[in-house]
Amino acid sequence: MTALISGLVLPLLAALAAIALPARARLPVALLGVGLTLAASIWLAISVWTNGAITVSLGGWQPPIGIALRADGLGAALGVMTALVMAAVALAARHEMEPLVAGPRTSFGFWPLMLLLWAALNAVFVSRDLFNLYVGLELITLTAVALVAISGKAEAIAAALRYLLFALAGSLLYLAGVVLSYAAHGTLDISLLAARTAVPGDALALGLMTAGLLVKTALFPFHVWLPPAHSAAPAPASAMLSALVPKASLLILLRLWFEAMPELATPVALFTLAGLGALAVIWGGVLALLQARLKLIVAYSTVAQLGYIFLVFPLAGGDGAAQPWAAGAWTGAMFQMLGHGLAKAAMFLAAGIYIAAVGSDRLSDVRGLARALPMTGFAFALASITLLGLPPSAGFTAKYLLMTGAFASGQWAWAFVLVGGGLLAAAYLYRPLTAIFAREIAVTPRPIPWGWQAVPLVLAMLSVALGLLSSVPFDFLQIGRPDQAAEGL
Amino acid sequence: MSLTVFAMTGATLVGLGVYGLLARVHMLRRIMAFNLIGSGLFLFFGAAGARGAALDPIPQALIITGIVVALAASALAVGLVVALARSSGTACLPDEAGDT
Amino acid sequence: MSLVLDIALCALILGVGLATVAGHGVFRAVIFFITYGLLLAIGWARLGAYDVALAEAAISAGLTGVLLLAAHGRLRRLSAAEEAPLRRNLPAALIATGVALALGWAWFALPDPAAPDLTAALPQSGVGNPVTAVLLNFRAWDTLLEAIILLAALIGLWMLARDRAWNEPLGLQYHARAGGVMASFGRVLPPIGLIFGVYLVWAGAETTGGAFQGGTVLAAVCLVSLMAGVLPAPRIAQTAWRAALVFGPGVFLLSGVAGAIFAQGFLALPPALAKPAIVTIEAALTLSIAVTLVLLVIGPPDDGGQDA
Repeated sequence: MTALISGLVLPLLAALAAIALPARARLPVALLGVGLTLAASIWLAISVWTNGAITVSLGGWQPPIGIALRADGLGAALGVMTALVMAAVALAARHEMEPLVAGPRTSFGFWPLMLLLWAALNAVFVSRDLFNLYVGLELITLTAVALVAISGKAEAIAAALRYLLFALAGSLLYLAGVVLSYAAHGTLDISLLAARTAVPGDALALGLMTAGLLVKTALFPFHVWLPPAHSAAPAPASAMLSALVPKASLLILLRLWFEAMPELATPVALFTLAGLGALAVIWGGVLALLQARLKLIVAYSTVAQLGYIFLVFPLAGGDGAAQPWAAGAWTGAMFQMLGHGLAKAAMFLAAGIYIAAVGSDRLSDVRGLARALPMTGFAFALASITLLGLPPSAGFTAKYLLMTGAFASGQWAWAFVLVGGGLLAAAYLYRPLTAIFAREIAVTPRPIPWGWQAVPLVLAMLSVALGLLSSVPFDFLQIGRPDQAAEGL
Repeated sequence: MSLTVFAMTGATLVGLGVYGLLARVHMLRRIMAFNLIGSGLFLFFGAAGARGAALDPIPQALIITGIVVALAASALAVGLVVALARSSGTACLPDEAGDT
Repeated sequence: MSLVLDIALCALILGVGLATVAGHGVFRAVIFFITYGLLLAIGWARLGAYDVALAEAAISAGLTGVLLLAAHGRLRRLSAAEEAPLRRNLPAALIATGVALALGWAWFALPDPAAPDLTAALPQSGVGNPVTAVLLNFRAWDTLLEAIILLAALIGLWMLARDRAWNEPLGLQYHARAGGVMASFGRVLPPIGLIFGVYLVWAGAETTGGAFQGGTVLAAVCLVSLMAGVLPAPRIAQTAWRAALVFGPGVFLLSGVAGAIFAQGFLALPPALAKPAIVTIEAALTLSIAVTLVLLVIGPPDDGGQDA
């Protein structure tokens, strides 16, 4: 319990201190907060591994009166992935958000916003209360929008405003569903809702919540806000926005469809969710092909990569949840969530290094930079392996498990999506990779400290290691998983 | 019966807000539309919470939280609109500035 | 009789809501929006939800209204306050009607009310007002995050300042004439408002009121004092203002941690200590909420210049 609460309290306390303390104390206190929260997240994962899922009723009040928190394998795993990405972001931001480089305004705001975002993500990963999840999502939205706008450029302001517009629309749709389910059942707790007496209004409530969460997850066709927002933010902010923020709303979707209201998961609904995911894989990939800037390519690739995760709905949801292939398909989608997070953060942080080195992320300007900054080039290439789904990366494990589920369940059409998406990823990553590894250097780069260059490399190596050592995370993700009766294939 | 009147008013307010959000492009209008949708939902919620023998305090507390959250979001949105107007001279999003 | 009254009130709310969406001119829409919030507050009072009524009037109508009015003023200076007239938009009308009809259907499809039974829990909560019991005890985690959200919105708002204006005083500068209406208003109103705001927080434990409502009243007092020039305009660099922002959430958070160490768990309040603990947390929160709201309304530091 202490580990779970520490993951919520420590980033909040550090954020408050970073706001109140004078400028010279800000960086030390923020880095201290990052280190302690990282430790708390790892500690939480270790306690979940040894003791199983951890449940806490806040203030000693059981639902439906109070709010319950529960750290299961998935929540704790997302917590550790988030902590690793945040630690990397902090190490990169030490250089990029330095007052002399970024100015006093940005160097003041970045740290509290980052810590508040982290606290909100941790809160969503463990909350079992639909309204508390709404409050957590709103904190994520406001901090994320502020991080998009932080550069102060005109296109960043417009992108942030568009992002806020979509995010608020999503919040209200979600809130409408929450209101309807409380009005009908007198509870907001996911476990109590699972045991409710079903009523006709439940389908509307679930539909509204799902629509709102899809907007926030930027699933096709609600993705238009994401690429401009993620590419307009400074690189450390983009890394958080792309790797972490969509995972929060996606996790709530999984909680709703697999835990709170699984009986409403009709084949048509599940097919629609996965169909939109498939379209996202294709459309995001095609648009990524057409971009001339590294950050935009990486941002459109997020649209595509999130699409794969939605294949979990028909492969492991509804009636399929009790089938032998469900555990594998479900875990595959979770590997995609974790692996994409690590790899995508690595790519954005690498892009940040290039921008610091040559002042631009145009493909024509980053040509040949692998010669001058070999670690960064290697990091981008390693992260690409995960996005392509090549062995031995986490992306490979994810696709292999999803593919097995698709064939075992006879839904082989989804296998085409997995293969086609991989080919598209190869096509859209070919251009940046050939540019970075070109023989001649286009712009002579400024020197970058090696400690900064190592940051994306470590993240990219972790995304590969997650695939290499997949058996431990596989077992970890099963802790507290709904419908555990079935064994993996 | 009165509760049904308030609930239907809430539902209609949500509809009005959705129309304003989709049909209006000036961002201050859209911020007001968001608030209309939110307050309509809350009115519906409040009416639902008043159906039992005693007034349920939980919806009331959630609504107060929701009102404060809406204020926070509105404040950031208003700030962004002013910043947008400062940098581009319009309070509409770039691709919509020419529409109604 | 009361049904007729409610129908009339709802018709008025809908009419003013429609004027907010469809009426001509952004400025008039804002005025309608404020009226709408005040009417809705009457509706909440009719439903017996007095705490919500107070929040609706003070926060939705009052503060959001002031925010919108101030923004409209700034947009006019930037000549961005004009808008194209509303054209008929059939798809939008269809979607809006569909949403309203779906919600209407959901109302009639609701099963019998199933509110959680709070009779055993309320005497343990330390306060007599059930809404305060939910906000500060049963669902304190929501309320703590909500206070953090206000703070996050303010930090986000400050990020919209121009770098060259960062060390300027916050907001556009107001100049009240010495001896003018604003200046004397600014001297008379604050003491009255101060007493009312503190009363609302104190009363919130037992009857209507609370930290957010009281904080809003205190914020209004502070805003009037700023406009009248009684208080000097704050700057971000001033540590006292930033400390006031984090004081309330900090006290709330640390009392939650104390619950984890000395009582049953995070945010737990032992029944014997619940009342003094809640009043202390509310007092600290009120101060921070008031300061946060003031700074949200006056906006980021602004030197008034336009971008190149």
